[in-house]
Amino acid sequence: MEITVLAFGIAKDIFGGASVTVALADNATTADLKASLEEKYPRLKHLASYMVAVNNEYAEDSGVITERDEVAIIPPVSGG
Amino acid sequence: MQTQIEIHTEPLNIQACIDWIMSPDSGGIDVFIGTVRNATKGKPVLKLEFEAYNKMAINEIEKITKQAFDKWPVQKVLVHHRTGTLQVGEMPVIIAVSAAHRAAAFDACRYIIDTLKQTVPIWKKEFFEDGEVWVAAHP
Repeated sequence: MEITVLAFGIAKDIFGGASVTVALADNATTADLKASLEEKYPRLKHLASYMVAVNNEYAEDSGVITERDEVAIIPPVSGG
Repeated sequence: MQTQIEIHTEPLNIQACIDWIMSPDSGGIDVFIGTVRNATKGKPVLKLEFEAYNKMAINEIEKITKQAFDKWPVQKVLVHHRTGTLQVGEMPVIIAVSAAHRAAAFDACRYIIDTLKQTVPIWKKEFFEDGEVWVAAHP
């Protein structure tokens, strides 16, 4: 399946755009997505941390992603 | 139990926030205003740029305001956050809390801004004379 991943903050700089498309196996997890992105964009590993959000909620590494989900990379937040 | 949450690019209006939070049954209101500082670690800051994942940011702020209502006897909670380019001295964030007694308003207001900074998907970039940095991105 193909997943569109939204990017914000420094993740946008790392991906070179506001979103990227990633090919993942069906029933892939958040951890699989992270591994795939880190392979393609090694700079992700240099961040202080980053999270994945699925349908506007922070996702656990074991959470399963489907094609209909809204998926986003959340680098360290710094609002306020 | 009333909440007003907004994220937008327009300048924040402190008087409108105070007008909304005031009510006859309150004994006090506590207002926190975040402002753009002119330097970071002694280095002059020219401006800041804020970006938000709006839908999720509103969700996360709602969670924080619900927690504040659970933890303290507060009456109204307001959170306004601005996005886009802000100059030194401008206000990126206003938190206002009303309560019958001041202790709850102070405690809830501090909790809301402290937690917002940890969990809400909003990012700021600092612009210096010699470059720009996404705050907190790197260790």
